[in-house]
Amino acid sequence: MSILVLADLHEGQLAGATAHVVAAAQAIGGDIDVLVAGEGVQAAAEAAAKLDGVSKVRVADNAAYAHQLAEPMGALLVELAGDYTHVLASASTTGKNVLPRLAALKDVSQLSDVIGVESADTFLRPIYAGNAIATVKSDDALKVITIRTTGFDAVGTSGSATTEAVDFVADNAQSSFVKQELAQSDRPELGGAKVVISGGRGMGNGENFKLLDGIADKLGAAIGASRAAVDAGFVPNDMQVGQTGKIVAPELYIAVGISGAIQHLAGMKDSKVIVAINKDEEAPIFQVADYGLVGDLFEILPELESKL
Amino acid sequence: MKILVAVKRVIDYNVKIRVKADHSDVDLTNVKMAMNPFCEIAVEEAVRLKEKGVATEVVAVTVGPKAAQEQLRTALALGADRAIHIETDERVESLAVAKLLAKVVDEEQPGLVILGKQAIDTDNNQTGQMLAALTNLPQGTFASEVAVDGDKVNVTREIDGGLQTVALTLPAIVTTDLRLNEPRYAKLPDIMKAKKKPLDVKTSADYGVEVASKVTLLKVESPAERKGGIKVASVDELIDKLKNEAKVL
Ligand SMILES: Cc1cc2nc3c(=O)[nH]c(=O)nc-3n(C[C@H](O)[C@H](O)[C@H](O)COP(=O)(O)OP(=O)(O)OC[C@H]3O[C@@H](n4cnc5c(N)ncnc54)[C@H](O)[C@@H]3O)c2cc1C
Repeated sequence: MSILVLADLHEGQLAGATAHVVAAAQAIGGDIDVLVAGEGVQAAAEAAAKLDGVSKVRVADNAAYAHQLAEPMGALLVELAGDYTHVLASASTTGKNVLPRLAALKDVSQLSDVIGVESADTFLRPIYAGNAIATVKSDDALKVITIRTTGFDAVGTSGSATTEAVDFVADNAQSSFVKQELAQSDRPELGGAKVVISGGRGMGNGENFKLLDGIADKLGAAIGASRAAVDAGFVPNDMQVGQTGKIVAPELYIAVGISGAIQHLAGMKDSKVIVAINKDEEAPIFQVADYGLVGDLFEILPELESKL
Repeated sequence: MKILVAVKRVIDYNVKIRVKADHSDVDLTNVKMAMNPFCEIAVEEAVRLKEKGVATEVVAVTVGPKAAQEQLRTALALGADRAIHIETDERVESLAVAKLLAKVVDEEQPGLVILGKQAIDTDNNQTGQMLAALTNLPQGTFASEVAVDGDKVNVTREIDGGLQTVALTLPAIVTTDLRLNEPRYAKLPDIMKAKKKPLDVKTSADYGVEVASKVTLLKVESPAERKGGIKVASVDELIDKLKNEAKVL
């Protein structure tokens, strides 16, 4: 078996997700190559070469792949896929954007959001917002798979893979990059943080999210939100946790003023320890919380911050 | 410009599903069904583009069982002009749906195709991207804003780190994210009118598409249930538990 992993990039650097996808590739077994595609990605390629278990890093460093637009990235994967039995990417917005194009052009199905590997052709994936887990077997010659990173522990970084340039340049007259607004934050990435504290509609407004800052600082936590908080404009969309936002599984998840709709639970119920702070003792979030504190968040948060 | 919108009949988003006792699948008997929420957003966007004079006709299409005509009627009540039902009782995977939609695109020649980014049953998030690849059209996925500008469309996309805007040549494929718009409710007179709007029924054989997939569903299980824990009485007790019992602080 031979597996190609599409590396995730964040502002040109290798994103943490890739080490989890390589772990999934190891669970499948076989030779593992990583594809780093973008513009000015030498540093990312070097970082990928250090991931344990990787034999070769293939580097497509060209303006054609800047911002990893779907059309040229799909064409690049189609060009390279012939050498492999499996192509994997993380279930990030890039993986989700690009991989189905490869699958369609190779006339194979895609398995999305895989959380477990039973064998080289049989995988586990959540369906219905994680309320059921399906075991699926693919008889396609090429397996195209996105990996939910919370399902696999990251591999280490003591590897020394070779790197090799990819010459193929995709033409693309159909799509072009206009602009990007990335949220700037000194906090850890939501997906990789050990502690996540999320606010919901109960926070009342965006200004009140500052009440979470001090606690997040003390705990080294990332800050998340429910869809209601994002829709109301309290915080930007990239903070949304849930079925259609980020999937997180930290050591500690603190839900503040969040009722616990199934779509929110889908994004955090695999956290090791869950704390819920809510003034409504009947809120469904308490059904999944290890520790529930019933009360007004505007009193509880300042007290928590001062006592931590 | 004509807009094609794809809609899917799925379990209502408020319903908590159960797994069948024999683990063959989830149990959908007597479960409330509805239009996939992301598809509602797709229909709404198409209808708004028509109301703005950008689009001249909105065609809704679904692949699914006979009962999926209810969702097409909903799309018609929300403002679509006509509908195409590709009827099948089989479990149709995203790839086959994309192949069928590609045939419809070929026939209808829309300027824009709008789909939901994912269906809340399989949570696949594939069909729009596959359709774009098969029709060799550009894609703007997870859209939170769609602005048609001459022979181009600017799509603002919700990506992991924030927002990204891409410009696509038309025709193009767009998939909707939650914040693209807030779908309207169908009014009673529109629901009555929708019953008279044209609805064509086809089969996958009419399009010469083989829907069988090489992926087999071996079993479906409930996820490990989380047991509810305890209520603590104070912040002090919470901190004590997190430190000494859960050992996460
Ligand atoms: C297709 C689809 C996809 C979705 N995807 C997601 C998703 O990815 N993520 C997501 O989160 N949601 C998602 N949702 C939305 C979801 O169904 C809920 O509407 C949402 O999670 C509710 O957010 P909330 O808990 O913040 O708000 P609410 O349900 O309004 O809950 C607010 C809570 O705050 C509490 N509260 C209020 N004031 C205080 C106070 N002073 N002190 C303490 N507690 C207080 C209230 O008791 C209440 O429990 C999706 C919905 C659909 C249809």
